Parts: sequence; structure tokens; C-alpha cells
Amino acid sequence: MIYADNAATTQMSRAAIDAMVFHMENIWGNPSSLYEFGQKAQEAITSARAKIAKCINAAPNEIYFTSGGSEADNQAILSAAKVGAKKNKKHIISTAFEHHAVIHTLQKLEREGFEIELLDVHENGIVTPAQVEKAIRPDTCLVTIMFANNEIGTIQPIAEIGAICRAKKIPFHTDAVQAAGHILIDVQKQNIDALSISAHKFHGPKGIGVLYARKNFPLSNLIEGGAQEKGKRGGTENVPAIMAMAAALEESCANMAANTKKLLTIRNKIIDGLNKIPYSILNGDFEKRLPGNVNFCFEGIEGESLLLHLDDRGICASSGSACTSGSLDPSHVLLAIGRPHEIAHGSLRLSFSEYNSEDEVEKIVTAVSEIVEYLRNMSPLWKDKLSGKKDFVLEA
Amino acid sequence: MALYSEKVMDHFRHPRNVGSIENADGVGEVGNAKCGDIMKMYLKIDGDIISDVKFETFGCGSAIASSSMATEMIKGKPLSEALQLTNKAVAEALDGLPVHKLHCSVLAEEAIKSAIQNYYENKK
Repeated sequence: MIYADNAATTQMSRAAIDAMVFHMENIWGNPSSLYEFGQKAQEAITSARAKIAKCINAAPNEIYFTSGGSEADNQAILSAAKVGAKKNKKHIISTAFEHHAVIHTLQKLEREGFEIELLDVHENGIVTPAQVEKAIRPDTCLVTIMFANNEIGTIQPIAEIGAICRAKKIPFHTDAVQAAGHILIDVQKQNIDALSISAHKFHGPKGIGVLYARKNFPLSNLIEGGAQEKGKRGGTENVPAIMAMAAALEESCANMAANTKKLLTIRNKIIDGLNKIPYSILNGDFEKRLPGNVNFCFEGIEGESLLLHLDDRGICASSGSACTSGSLDPSHVLLAIGRPHEIAHGSLRLSFSEYNSEDEVEKIVTAVSEIVEYLRNMSPLWKDKLSGKKDFVLEA
Repeated sequence: MALYSEKVMDHFRHPRNVGSIENADGVGEVGNAKCGDIMKMYLKIDGDIISDVKFETFGCGSAIASSSMATEMIKGKPLSEALQLTNKAVAEALDGLPVHKLHCSVLAEEAIKSAIQNYYENKK
């Protein structure tokens, strides 16, 4: 099997599994218990908190463990909105291509009377600091902009946006689920007030994540129930998962330079190979993108069919077609960068990790090229384009 | 893939009657590119029997499988019988489709009806 869907989830690392199993077997006390056996678990998560804080240049007491990226996104946004509402500030700035954990939370606030302004991300999939600056109003209570996009991998100018928000005294949250462990995060230098992380995107376990919240970021609870996480997140800590997450993030950050180098080689070879397919296009900026992300549209075919054929050849990938989203519309990300519906249906995302190898490049490029050709040959849409009855949308 | 039945996957992997018919007696095309599926059916009619049928489909796995199955179900059949083919029958013949994919079987039914209608119009 060739696993090329690391933006969906990753294989757990040996270090993460070992940390998880060790703490399941040996350190299974409740961190809130007074006796030494419980306090050993407390010490363990304290060390994990410190490791994670170090990876993003935060202070340990700014790290809150959550059930994952979605919970962290929800808590950060709803907390800032709550404070905003009290001051009658109900304007929130975000982008048109956020993850649904952010979008759906914003839509919920919109129904409650907030005004949500979604900034255009242009054809290259990048929002500019100037757009953010222009959008800020006296009643803006939050700016939330993702660090790197989950479908097309484009990296946003986070430090610059953070600087603008800091100068205007507006809380700035970023969904860094796709970035953490893959590209450099420094919450100090990048002027970030709140940030969401999910462990299973960097070889950690599912069901665990982090909300980084700067000391002055006013957190309110989603989950009541106890004094854990300084009273901001009730529930007994998932010690094995926390330990595994810390081990995985530490490893990913330590190996980041070498991983990036390897991934760039794989990524760019795949992009070169797929660019040779006529009437195809890379989605998102080539330079400012995650080292492991490839996202293409192929004219005249539908993405789910492509995925099923790839699966038959042992290749795991993903698509932004409507058929894979379970809705009638294709990916909101591809629509946000201006791809028409027809083209967005024919999308393919390949996302790599350091566990992939360069040997896989040729197999993937060959498989995708052959399948696209096969599907085009049975596509009436493609035939109409070839005969001139319909216009091509993409360039040859 | 557990999303689809074995039968859907069989028709998706090995679609029957793919292609076009030159000088077809009836041609029908339904769906649109915006929604992500287009089906085109070509019929050859002998007397009132569908002697040959081919399809071309732009769409997802269940759209291709539904087209393939539908062509199998009407091949060699009288037009009157082909007109009776329902989307439900196509979906059942495929051992079921996920709820959000049922519209693919509807498209298959519509494509056949459209091709037969085209045949009658050509005959006038």
C-alpha cells in the first residue's frame, strides 16, 4: 500500500506508540489523585506540556490539552466571541477556506447575531496581511486564519497578520492543525494569541490535541467538570495520548529540516509528473505550500472515480469532489480559489509524510496518468471538449 | 471499499457496454458538469428491440456502475420494457446504493428514457 493521505491522518510513530503503551501499562493513575502513584501521572503530563510548549516557543502554562483540533478551534473562537459579545463587539474576520471546525463554529455565531467576514484567498490560496488590516473594525473581536490549508496546503502570512492584530489589540487565533510538526511555529515571533493542534496529523494518536492560549487570551469552557487544565477543560486527562502526542511532536520538530528536504523532493517530483497530464492544474501556490502537499484538478473526470481506481492499485488519496464530501457541492476550498464546480469535481489531493519514499513517486504518477486517461475516454464531457462542442476550462 | 457493494465495485471496475454507437437510433444525455455527473446512452433499435446499447459517463463510482448495470438490464429487451425500468430496480440490481448516491440510479433511468424519446423523435 502507498499511503498518500497524511493530511487526513498519519501512521503513529514508534516513539508515540511506545510512550502510549508505557503509560497505559505503568502510569495509569489519575493525575488529580493526591498519592504518589497519581502524582506520577501528573508529573508525566507536566513534562509533556513543557515539551509541547518548547516546540512552539510557548510557556507550559499556555498549553491546554483538548480532544483534538476541532475542540481547540471551537474553544478558541467561542471564547473570544463571548468576550466580544460582552463589549458589544461582534465582528469576526476569517477566510473563505477554513476547516469546517472553524467555519461551522463561525456559522453558529452568525446565527447568534455575529457578523462574519470571510476574506478572499485569491487563486493562489493565500490571504494578504493588507486584507486583514483593511477588514479590521472597532467592533472586531477576533481574527481567525488557518496556518496552512488542509486541502491545498498553502501557508498563510501568519507572522504579519499576527503583527497587525497585535498592534490593533485584536485576539488572533490560527488553526495550525496541518502546520504543527511540519513547518516552524513560534507563537512569540509569529504574534499568535491562540493556536490549535491535532496530534494525529504528526504521527501522534487520534483524539488528542492542544489549544495554545496566550496568558491574556480569555478562555471560557466548552466542558465543565473539574480543575483539570486550570479549570478550563474538565475531564480526567488522557495521559497515554498526551504522552504519545508530546513524543510525536518532539520527534517531528527535531527532524523537521531533514523531513522537509525529503518531502520537497517527493512533492516536486509528483508535481512535475502530474503537470505533464494535459488539461490539469496545481491548486494553490507552488512556493508557499506545505512540503508534503500536492493538489491537482484534472479536467473532464470526477474525483471519486479516480480515488476508487487508485485504491484498487493500493494508493490511498483524497479528493474534493462532491461525491466524496457527501454534499452536492465540491470542496469549498477549491471554490474559494476560483475553480469552477466542474473542475473542482476532478480534484486529487496527495499528502505525504517522511514515511513515504521517493520510490513511490513513479508508481503514483503512472497510476494517476493512466486512470485519468481511462476515465476521460469514457467521459462524454471530455469527448465534447475534444470535439469542440464544449470549451476547455484549463490550459493544455 | 465498504462504501459500495461488491456488485457496484464489479460494475465500476469492469463496466459493461462502455463506448458509443455510430449512427445510433437514439441518443440521450442527462446530468450536468456542474453537479459532477453526466450520462450519455446510445441505442441501436431493431424492430422494437434494443439490439445494442452503449454508455459514456462522467461521474463517481456509483454513476459509472449505475450506467453499466442499466445498460445490461435493457439490452435485448423491447422498448416497452426498457421504458418500465425504474431507478429503484437499477439500485436493487446493484445490491443497493448509499442514500446520497441514489440520484446516480435516477440519472441512469432518465438517460435511458431520454435516449428512447430521442429514438421516437428521430422516427417521426
